[in-house]
Amino acid sequence: MMTTTLNETNTLVYERPHSLAACNTNYCPGCTHGVAHRLLAEAIDELGLRERTILVAPVGCSVFAYKYFNMDGCEAAHGRAPAMATGIKRVQPDKMVITYQGDGDLASIGMAEIVHAAARGENITTVFVNNAIYGMTGGQMAPTSLPGQKTTSSPFGRDTILTGYPVRMSELLSTLDGASYIVRRSLHDIANIRKAKKAILTALKVQMKGMGFSMVELLSSCPTNWGLEPVEALHWIENNMIPAFPLGDYKVIEEVRSL
Amino acid sequence: MAKEMLKGNIAIAEAAVRAGVEAYFGYPITPQTELLEHMSKRMVELKRVFLQAESEVAAINMVYGAACTGVRVMTSSSSPGFSLMQEGLSYIAGSDLPCVVVDVMRGGPGLGNILPSQGDYFQITRSAGHGDYHPIVLAPSSVQEAIDLTTLAFDLADQYRHIVIVAADGLIGQMMEPAELPPMQSVRTDRPDWALTGADGRQPNSIASFYLKAEEEEAFNQKIQDRLHEIRDAEQRFIEYYTDDCELLVVGYGSAGRIALSAVQAARDKGMKVGLFRPLTLWPFPEKRLSELTDVVGACLVVEMSAGQMIEDVRLATGGQIPVGFYGRMGGVIPMPDEILQAITTHCRQLKHCEGAFTPLERVNS
Repeated sequence: MMTTTLNETNTLVYERPHSLAACNTNYCPGCTHGVAHRLLAEAIDELGLRERTILVAPVGCSVFAYKYFNMDGCEAAHGRAPAMATGIKRVQPDKMVITYQGDGDLASIGMAEIVHAAARGENITTVFVNNAIYGMTGGQMAPTSLPGQKTTSSPFGRDTILTGYPVRMSELLSTLDGASYIVRRSLHDIANIRKAKKAILTALKVQMKGMGFSMVELLSSCPTNWGLEPVEALHWIENNMIPAFPLGDYKVIEEVRSL
Repeated sequence: MAKEMLKGNIAIAEAAVRAGVEAYFGYPITPQTELLEHMSKRMVELKRVFLQAESEVAAINMVYGAACTGVRVMTSSSSPGFSLMQEGLSYIAGSDLPCVVVDVMRGGPGLGNILPSQGDYFQITRSAGHGDYHPIVLAPSSVQEAIDLTTLAFDLADQYRHIVIVAADGLIGQMMEPAELPPMQSVRTDRPDWALTGADGRQPNSIASFYLKAEEEEAFNQKIQDRLHEIRDAEQRFIEYYTDDCELLVVGYGSAGRIALSAVQAARDKGMKVGLFRPLTLWPFPEKRLSELTDVVGACLVVEMSAGQMIEDVRLATGGQIPVGFYGRMGGVIPMPDEILQAITTHCRQLKHCEGAFTPLERVNS
C-alpha cells in the first residue's frame, strides 16, 4: 500500500482560514456571503489580527456572523453596527473593530449610523455586502434595489416614481472628509474576488495605522430571492448591478496610497 | 469633602466621573444638557471617552458597544430622547450587560416641553424597550441624593450585570443646592471574563441577544427573571417619615415626594396624622414595606407629577385593602405644598367622617 505525506508530494492549497469557525452557516447555496466571509477571514489571518479583532454582526442574513468567525464578536441592533463598533473602538483603540453589514442594514435603517461613523473618521472597517435586496426577511425591496427590480414588496418592479432610486453608498460616503478608504468591488468572478480580497487587506491596514474610516462594498448575489440559479445570479451582478453600482476606488486618501 | 453649591445635572455627571465611568456617549436635550457638557470637559481632562453621538439611538448603541468591553459606561437624556433609547436598552438587557442611564424627565407626550415631569414612570419601570425585563430605577429627590444614587447605580449595574436608570426630573437637573461629592474612585483596569477584548489565548467571546430556538430564548428569559427576583428581594429602597402613628400615608417619589414632605409637615403642624413614604427604587418598587404599612394606615394619597403612573404600583402593594387617592399635576406644572396640603386635608376629613365608606379622590389637579 502506497502512503504519501503532505510534505513529500502535495502542496496545501486550500484550508479553512483560522479566523473562520468550524461550523455550518445558514447561507443559501450560491450566496456570496460565504466568499465574503472567507476573504475577510483570510485577510485577518494574513495580517495576524484574529486575537485582537472584534467583529460586529448586523441584522440580516449575516446576523450569525459573530458565530461564523473564530474571534470575539457581537450582534448589533438593525443598522446600529457602526454605533456599537464606535463604542467598542473608543474604549479599546488598540483593538481591530470590523462591522459586517448588508444593504438593508447599512443603507436603509442604519443610514445615520454609517454616515456619522464615516464623518467622524471612526477608526473602524466596514465590509458592506450589497445584494440589492432584503434577504433574510424573504426578498423585499431594499434601498439598493434597481429600478424595475421585482421583489416581494415591489411585485410590479421597483417604481422610481413611488419609491425613488438606488442609494449608492460608496459614492455618498466618499464625500465625507472623515472617510479614508472607500471602494466598491464585486464577487461575481475570480478576478474580481481577488481584487476584493486586496481591498479588504488595504481597509484593515488603514485601521491598523489609525488612518480613519474604511469601507469595502462588495456586490453580491442572492440567488434565492432573485429567483435565479447561482451562476445566473453571478451574471446578474455583472450585467445589472455593476452598471448601477460602478466598481472602483471612490475615496483613497494620499496616506493610504502609500500603504 | 465639603459641601458646595452644585447644579443637579453637573452633580450627577461629576458623581459618575468619581464612580469611575470610563465612557460617556450622549446627545443634547434640555433639561439634561449640562450633564453632557460637563462630561465633554471632564472626561477629556481625565483621558476617558466622551463622544457626542448623532442621535440618542446612536448614543445608546455606543453604550451597548462599550458595555461589551466590560467598562463602566453611561449615557443621559430626557424623556423624548429616552424614548429613542428603548431599542438599545432592550438589546443591552438581552445581552446581560451593565450600564447606567440618566433620564432627566420633562413634560410629554410628544415634544411636550422642557419643564419637570414624572411622566416617564411607565416607560422606565415597565421594561424600557421590548421584552420581559425591568431595569433597576433609582429616584433622587435632591442634588445630594442624585449624587449618592448615581454612585450606587454603577455598583448595582456591575453587581447584577443589569441596566440601572437614574430617574431624575427637570427640577433636580436644573436646581442648585449644597451637596457633597464623594472622593474620586480609581478606574478599574481589570476586565470581566465575558468582555470582548480579543480572543488572545482563550476561546472567543460572543455577546448577542439572539436565540432562534424558543426553548433557548425561554431559558435565557428565565435567567433574567431569576435575577429580577433576586433584585426584588434585595434592593427595595425607600425613606419613610412620620409613619409611627400616621392614618393617611402620602406616597411620592423624586421632586413630588420632596414637595409632599413640606405638605406633610404642614399637616402635622395642624395636628393631622399624616406620614410620607418616598420610594428610592421605582423598580423594584418597595412593595414589601408599603404592604406592611397597609395594615396600620387608613388610606394612601399618591402624589405625582403625572396623571398617575406610580399609583398602579401603590394599588398593587396595598392590594385593595385601603383606599388609594391621588393628587397630580401634569405637563411640567410643579405641585405646590399648599395644593398637596389641601388634598391631604380633604382625605383626612373623609377618613374621619366616612368611617369605612371612604371614597378616594380619583382626579388629577382637583
